[in-house]
Amino acid sequence: MAWLVLLLVVLMLGAAVLVLLLDNLVAAVAAASVVSLLLSVLFALLAAPDVALTEAAVGAGLSGAVLALGLRRLGLAGIKAEDDHA
Amino acid sequence: MDMTFAPDPLALLVIGALGLIVVGAAGLAFGRHLFRLVLALGLAEAGANLLLVIAGYRWDAVAPILTGSAPAAMVDPVPQALVLTAIVIGVGVQALAVALLVRVKLAYGTLDLAELKALVERDIRAAAGIGEPDSAQAPATLPGPAGLIGERP
Repeated sequence: MAWLVLLLVVLMLGAAVLVLLLDNLVAAVAAASVVSLLLSVLFALLAAPDVALTEAAVGAGLSGAVLALGLRRLGLAGIKAEDDHA
Repeated sequence: MDMTFAPDPLALLVIGALGLIVVGAAGLAFGRHLFRLVLALGLAEAGANLLLVIAGYRWDAVAPILTGSAPAAMVDPVPQALVLTAIVIGVGVQALAVALLVRVKLAYGTLDLAELKALVERDIRAAAGIGEPDSAQAPATLPGPAGLIGERP
């Protein structure tokens, strides 16, 4: 249990730092979805199965879809997204 | 291996929640792109949710679901209900923020914070009928090396 929590927390914080450091915004959205997915596993370990279900479906699924579609609408979905603000 | 050294799971979870909040706040403070700020806001919100669920947790309790068997000690369900609501509200806030980003992109053509600040200040000055400020440019136009220090006459 403790080692599983340690592994999940380390992976989650690493993905959270990647959200801020990745140049590609699509990769940053994917990293945010990874954070939500690992967080839902932590919720399941914390005896909150309803919160875990909601976080996995809404936080990782719907939120990632909204952000990715927004990126496409903003024209930032390409590689090297932060350089092409002309 | 478990018997020799085992980290405290609750302390690990609190560290994870506070770490998420700190990473999100750092992204909000130091982000240079508006979309990155939306992502950082989501991170901080996830950390706050985890902290709330930890606040209602007990190690000797089961999930707060009535199964019809003998009643046992349950985890506090009130923070879980709050977090359930907060997750859905968070997605709503994120969708609203993305919609606002689309409007900003249409209006100004950029999402970079520094460029946006210059453009918005230019628009505010134009609306107020004020010309370009000289005080910000005065040290750069001073002749000689004395101007590099930025001394005011």
